[in-house]
Amino acid sequence: MENKKIYTVTALFDTPDEITDAAKATAGAGYTKFDINTPYPVHGMEKAMKLKPSYLGYVTLFFGLSGAAFAMLFMSWVSIYNYPLVIGGKPFFSWPAFVPITFEVTVLSAAIGTVGVLIALMFRFPNTAHPLHDTNYMKKVSADKFGLNITSLDPLFDENKIKEFFKGLGGKEIETIYEEDKKAEIKVFDYRFIMTLVLVAIVTAGTTYFVLNKLLYMQPFTWMGEQDKVIAQSESNFYNDGFSMRLPVEGTVARGYLPYEYKGAPDSVIKFISNPLPFTKDIIEKGKMRFDTYCSPCHGYFGQSDSRLHDQFPKPPTLHSDKVRNWPDGNIYNVITNGQNVMPSYEKQISREDRWAIIHYVRVLQRSLNAKDSDIDTSQVKREK
Amino acid sequence: MTTIDFTHEIPVIEGKPAASSIDEMVSAPLNQKPGKVWKILFTITVTMLTVGSVALGLTFYYGIGLWGNNQPVGWGFDIVNFVFWVGIGHAGTLISAILFLLRQKWRTGIARFAEAMTIFAVMCAGLFPAIHTGRAWLDGYLFPYPNANHIWVNFISPLLWDVFAVSTYFTVSLIFWYIGLIPDLATLRDRATTKWKKISYSIFSLGWRHSARHWQHYEKAYVILAGFATPLVLSVHTIVSFDFAVSVIPGWHTTIFPPYFVAGAVFSGFAMVQNVLIFVRQAFKLQHIITLNTLEKMNQVMILTGSIVGYAYATEFFTAWYSGNQFEMFTFINRALGPYAWAYWTMISCNVIFPQLFWFKKIRRSILFMFIIGVFVNVGMWFERFVIIVTSLSRDYLPSSWHMYVPTVYDLAILMMSFGLFFTLTLLFVRTLPVVSIAEVKAHVDGAQPVHKGVH
Repeated sequence: MENKKIYTVTALFDTPDEITDAAKATAGAGYTKFDINTPYPVHGMEKAMKLKPSYLGYVTLFFGLSGAAFAMLFMSWVSIYNYPLVIGGKPFFSWPAFVPITFEVTVLSAAIGTVGVLIALMFRFPNTAHPLHDTNYMKKVSADKFGLNITSLDPLFDENKIKEFFKGLGGKEIETIYEEDKKAEIKVFDYRFIMTLVLVAIVTAGTTYFVLNKLLYMQPFTWMGEQDKVIAQSESNFYNDGFSMRLPVEGTVARGYLPYEYKGAPDSVIKFISNPLPFTKDIIEKGKMRFDTYCSPCHGYFGQSDSRLHDQFPKPPTLHSDKVRNWPDGNIYNVITNGQNVMPSYEKQISREDRWAIIHYVRVLQRSLNAKDSDIDTSQVKREK
Repeated sequence: MTTIDFTHEIPVIEGKPAASSIDEMVSAPLNQKPGKVWKILFTITVTMLTVGSVALGLTFYYGIGLWGNNQPVGWGFDIVNFVFWVGIGHAGTLISAILFLLRQKWRTGIARFAEAMTIFAVMCAGLFPAIHTGRAWLDGYLFPYPNANHIWVNFISPLLWDVFAVSTYFTVSLIFWYIGLIPDLATLRDRATTKWKKISYSIFSLGWRHSARHWQHYEKAYVILAGFATPLVLSVHTIVSFDFAVSVIPGWHTTIFPPYFVAGAVFSGFAMVQNVLIFVRQAFKLQHIITLNTLEKMNQVMILTGSIVGYAYATEFFTAWYSGNQFEMFTFINRALGPYAWAYWTMISCNVIFPQLFWFKKIRRSILFMFIIGVFVNVGMWFERFVIIVTSLSRDYLPSSWHMYVPTVYDLAILMMSFGLFFTLTLLFVRTLPVVSIAEVKAHVDGAQPVHKGVH
């Protein structure tokens, strides 16, 4: 017992008034490293012990503001830069709609931050191996007594003087508490500690990996997802070639896509192919729709080769040149069907009828830039008298 | 009849018990073997939980087609139960945080228990949005995390706000509750007689030493957490009400919803806490700590919030008429006189009419009457959510899409499961942790604080 290092000297008091007076006297005597232990917070103890006000409020402020800033900036970043989506016609940065989540994150981070700092940094918890634990003193102050202790860290510490001092204050059960030897033995490089750390790391990493990469993709019940049917592009065990999709029988013709009979025929033949469609408003409107979809990306909405691909692509010829204007319909049809120079064939994309409708519309476009006097509808013109 | 002495506050803890006897009283249930009544109750609640879990398992296996939900009633019992349980949770936070900030000392005896009920209620509540997605194993996507699809959640949807609100509420309530438990766990640690109790209380009390230097920060932390929990609890039911108010369904699309929902939540929560406390104080002989005065004050809160709810019902009707909106008017007339009128009048009588009996002091202080009215309030508040959700959805704009909602046996079983879960947790709680905050009660006994000797 003699070799043991003293941790503190303790005394017990019966009433809150006594302990408050004792705290005042201890602080007044110049002791600084002393503590009061009470079963519940006693009002006015801060003042009696001459403690500085708690700075915990600033910790909360820091975490609260960080949480608020993080939430607002994160949602803004997602909505404006990372994956902008128009939702309900609202602007990308709809800050009023971000307020609820910002508020919740503020509260969450402030609460967790405050308690984390309180427990880990201010209390230095968990600490179940403190010299005061399991002492008679701790059992009493845990229930109904009020304890005062001055630790050996105090510059004025002197065991006998303090015992006298406590007696003078009216303290009971004055005791000396020694530090436990065991404390010194705890090593950071203890193999059990290292093994525990490794185990925790493995379990945490494994769980995280499992949850994020496996669990979230697991489908316990897949009634809808997995059906006994052939899925396009999937592998087949049934056919020898391993493809689940079959090629059509040779010579199969898709509906509306009869092969072009005049492939490779000379211009002298082609010019005799005439447009089978009547020149009506409906057909022209249909032609405009198809032209805007398939032709305008290169030729421009008005066939002037001023499209949105201008300067990014070999310039397509204008459709208003003398050459095209003087072509018979069959020639234009031939170019759409077979392609020419850089222009690919549109045989597979535009049906026969639509190709002819486009040609009618091209004729309308050409006429609009080369109108004759006779095109003017005289009945609509206001004559001057 | 004694006259009341107004120069002295009525002590919150009756009879000025000694601090050590409080320890004795509160820790007694933790040291005894469970009694017969507890065993019977526990068997019942675990059975409810198990039967409901089977129904839930079948729901996972076959899908939510087993439920009564249909087109257009896409939200049925699932969301009704969710709103009901979140509401129950609100009383706990109100008692532990708002009444703490308002320095209502009578909350001392019931705060711990009410907080625990908050946590259990929020657990029950959280269950329903999780399962109503149909494939609950994909719920991880509700949280924004940098997933492989590079898609984020929709931050401007009230449903996502709900995810944040409920999970924040649960976390903060848990922290608040745990912080309050630490000193009590330390007291129990120092009273522990068996090795395992000692070890577990040591671990969970983190090594608390009742030090005044710690109490100083601890009390500050408690005020800060209470300060945060107060707007948080108001925000949670506000956001829950946004799930409805932000939509364009007649009967939902109103600005009265947030205050109306918060008042309703506190109303039903107080009724639930009052009901369970009546049993707890009787069973564990805590009549001196959870006093009749405290229960009376809870009943007074119920008259207040019940009247606010009644006023909100009237305002809804008035607004529907005053708006001149045909759909809105139809919805409210349909609520009172349509096919679900029975639910509507159940709600009105349980929420508006019966609680008014609390104006009579005798009824307010009668355990039997307050218990019955408390049960009525819980039934009424459950039906309030049913009325809001089902009547509005089953008859919305297009008469051709109208459809009645009838819950199936699976809906009822899952509702039963949530009650089973709640009461199972409550029963486990009363046997493992102190149901009353020991440190707080000690601090509020008469004579526990130093007398101010002429200093002010």
